[in-house]
Amino acid sequence: MNKLKFIILFALFSVVLSCSDDDESGPIIINEEEVITTLNLTLTPVGGGMPVVLSSRDLDADGPNPPVVTVENLTANTTYQGVLEVLNETESPAEDITEEVAEEDEDHQFFFQVIGNATVTVSYSDTDADNNPVGIQVNLTTGDASTGDMVVTLRHLLDKFGTGVSDGDITNAGGDTDVEVTFPITVQ
Amino acid sequence: MKIRCILFFVIVCHLNITAQDCKSILLGEVVDFHNQNVLQGAKITLLKAGKELQTVMSNAQGKFRMIKLCDGAYELEVSHTECQSQILPIQIEGDTFKKISLEHHLEELGEVTVTGSSNPQLSKTVNIQTLKEAQIEEFSDASLGDALKEISGVSSLNTGSSIVKPIIQGLNSSRILIITNDVRLQDQEWGIEHAPNVDLNTADRLTVIKGSGALQYGGDAIGGVVLAQPKRLARTDTIYGKTILSGSSNGRGGAITSELDKGFKNGFGIRVQGTYKRFGDFRAPDYFLTNTGTQQIAASIALGINRFKYGAELYYSYFDTEIGILRAADFGNITDLVRAINAPVPAFTDDFSHTINPPRQEVNHHLLKAKSFLRFEGFGKVSLQYAFQLNNRQEFDNRRGESDNIPTVDLELTTHTLDINLDIDAIENTKITAGLSGLFQENFADPLTGVRRVIPDYEKYAIGVFGGLAYNISSNLQLDLGGRIDFSQIDADKFYRTSFFEDRNYDIDFADIVVQDFGTQLLTNPIFDYTNFSATLGLNWELNATTALLFNYGLASRPPNPSELFSEGLNQSSASFELGDLRLDTETSNKISASLQGSFLENKISFNITPYANFISDFIILEPTDVLATSRGTFQVFEYVQNDARLIGIDIDATYKPHEYWEYVTSFSYLRGDDTTNNEPIINIPPPNWFNAITYNNSRWKNLNLRLRSELFFEQTRFPDNNFIAQIIENNQFVNTLVDVSTPPPSYHLLHFDSSITLASKKATTYKIGFGIDNLLNTNYRQLLNRFRFFADDLGRNFSISLKINY
Repeated sequence: MNKLKFIILFALFSVVLSCSDDDESGPIIINEEEVITTLNLTLTPVGGGMPVVLSSRDLDADGPNPPVVTVENLTANTTYQGVLEVLNETESPAEDITEEVAEEDEDHQFFFQVIGNATVTVSYSDTDADNNPVGIQVNLTTGDASTGDMVVTLRHLLDKFGTGVSDGDITNAGGDTDVEVTFPITVQ
Repeated sequence: MKIRCILFFVIVCHLNITAQDCKSILLGEVVDFHNQNVLQGAKITLLKAGKELQTVMSNAQGKFRMIKLCDGAYELEVSHTECQSQILPIQIEGDTFKKISLEHHLEELGEVTVTGSSNPQLSKTVNIQTLKEAQIEEFSDASLGDALKEISGVSSLNTGSSIVKPIIQGLNSSRILIITNDVRLQDQEWGIEHAPNVDLNTADRLTVIKGSGALQYGGDAIGGVVLAQPKRLARTDTIYGKTILSGSSNGRGGAITSELDKGFKNGFGIRVQGTYKRFGDFRAPDYFLTNTGTQQIAASIALGINRFKYGAELYYSYFDTEIGILRAADFGNITDLVRAINAPVPAFTDDFSHTINPPRQEVNHHLLKAKSFLRFEGFGKVSLQYAFQLNNRQEFDNRRGESDNIPTVDLELTTHTLDINLDIDAIENTKITAGLSGLFQENFADPLTGVRRVIPDYEKYAIGVFGGLAYNISSNLQLDLGGRIDFSQIDADKFYRTSFFEDRNYDIDFADIVVQDFGTQLLTNPIFDYTNFSATLGLNWELNATTALLFNYGLASRPPNPSELFSEGLNQSSASFELGDLRLDTETSNKISASLQGSFLENKISFNITPYANFISDFIILEPTDVLATSRGTFQVFEYVQNDARLIGIDIDATYKPHEYWEYVTSFSYLRGDDTTNNEPIINIPPPNWFNAITYNNSRWKNLNLRLRSELFFEQTRFPDNNFIAQIIENNQFVNTLVDVSTPPPSYHLLHFDSSITLASKKATTYKIGFGIDNLLNTNYRQLLNRFRFFADDLGRNFSISLKINY
């Protein structure tokens, strides 16, 4: 087919020639800048003890592989101080997107939906400039031994003044979902 | 309705004289064959061996007269603003009655038809339908896709109300060729949210060919061809122009378009033209469609010289548009999709604004064309055309950080084309066309977006050879034959996610295309060659003076487009991934259509009935295959696959003109599309529709025009089931919820009214004042083929006013 290529280039005169031989070096690789591959929720027991980490990693982002979720068991009747971290691990070193979320905290909020029988309640312990919660820092309290799931969602450009939204009710939040991961929860 | 512009001459030589006397008189009359109206202002030039001898214009009765002619053989060149100029031989001698009929000829097979007194016309056998200037002007503030919907069998694929892509007999995007001013538009037409980058106001005539009957422009018109043709440049010493101003209540905006033509005695003509359009948020009956504003700037300049034996033209056009995307259609994953579908009123419904925020598109398109032709006696015409197109598409989204002004999509498509055409018309009863076309195209996806490329950088080379023959078998039977072969190569530099590359077994089947391994991504260099054949066979059988039967067979084939081959990303506003496939190959269409057209009751009733069947093998279609989990939640996955398809339909048009002032027009379209591999209906097939219009036009009183139009869209009952189950949280439980993305919206009926009067002033200036109401009853409706139908109602009532000045 090189002959064909030659014929056409010849036919299209120099106009084409001057426009066609420009990429000697090949295209530049694009590492997705905005993607969130990883969400880590680090829960430190109030009053001391080893922190518990709930983690979801999807290193191929929109690729075919599903996220890898790793969890540890929570202790019953305990209060944890939680810190959320979102990362873009397609870049090296990993980019900490939590900082961007904190900078635009009026446009972002994390939500924690407890599914099934898990005896877990989550409350916000941080605020944005409007005194609305963000959810990077939370308090998580466990009850008696139980199992269930917890869905952690990050919404972007949501209505933070919607009914119930500042109490952590996602129903009226609207916005676009940037992160949505499900952690299986075991309280023991 | 097929609108033919046929000049009909009755030429009588009065005097019985000898050749030496040079006292012969030529009298003639110019009429429009279609409605028998006389044509005023036709320019008739008498030529001897290419030299202009006399030029006259036809008068108000369509008559013209030339005196002091010597007997002998001449040629007449006849031109009229609504018709193409024609050259015909004429023998002037004593008592001769000569009847010469000319047909308006589609430019696809050349523009000149030579017929003698005893020869029947060489008419076209393809089924075409045309919108003329007056109809196009009604859409001066809208888009090409909106205007084309006036033609039966043509519908549109919308993304909101500003992105409108034509659908011809069920097919769109890469399956339709859009030809503007003889140049095939190359503007990333594969994307269903990429509207054609054409300013409608550059066109004087919009022609739709429902099939592959225009092989000159390409052999891949599986669906059809749209020809947007400008008016001819002025060729005499003259100056004229027009300006249209329009304003609309819905969108609180309007448009201004203006053009000016100047001609010189020596056949040189120039035209400058420009359009500006601006709208804010449009409104559904019950709420504003937030962030649906749009802006468009377009300009063009054409200059050329047109003589009998030679001509040349230079044309440049610029088109720039900015389009807001409905805010409620911008979201993330399936959870968001379910929320958006279930919301009775879209989220993000705000007060009116002219501001266009992200998500939005900014696209500009440059087109530069140089064309020339030479005509050789006893042979025909040779023409050469070079065209350059540069299309720049940027899409902006709501991004984190300060990066809202950095596009998420930034594509630059450069296309060079060279066409050489030959029209041989020296042989009696036969016309031969042949040509060669070459294309070089380069796509560059700017890496500064920070988002992986929607389609990769690529270079495309193509060369095509075609030939056509039009032959009069007998006085009432014409035959058209055509064939074309295309060779093309696409040479891409594509980054794949390693996981995706392996998941699809490309690492086994396409291991040799890997250039470099970047760990999580692979740089590959796929190079694919395609050879495509296409052909047409057409017959036109004139049953009697007012009825004709057309038959057309078309073979068209299309290589997969870059999106079908390479895409592997998120499709905004549907929570779905679209995955291309390197293994795709050419799709091939065999389409047959017949067309019965004619009139009766002394032309009071005219009709056009066109049934058709399109059998497409290896039809490339998106099929839902999976639901994919990511950190962002879950998404539906669609993959391009190749199945066999069958489209069968009928388009019917009829006009009834019971009285000089009254006219009734009706059209009906029905189409049935099936995937014969999976034995299920094809997605996005336009529902049956029935249009009716009653017009009152009083040419004796300020050309008062009143029209009431009714559009009835039936519910599409045939659709594939693409529904899927999603886990949605309700009352602190996961609930398996059926997400209905398949069921079409119910049928709906719209009424529109428009009116105008025309006022003339002393100096050949006319003013046409128009007033109209769209969606008169403010009906709530959703169209199947609007991608935002899940999220919001379509447009509510709109009052519009317009002023057109001709000078």
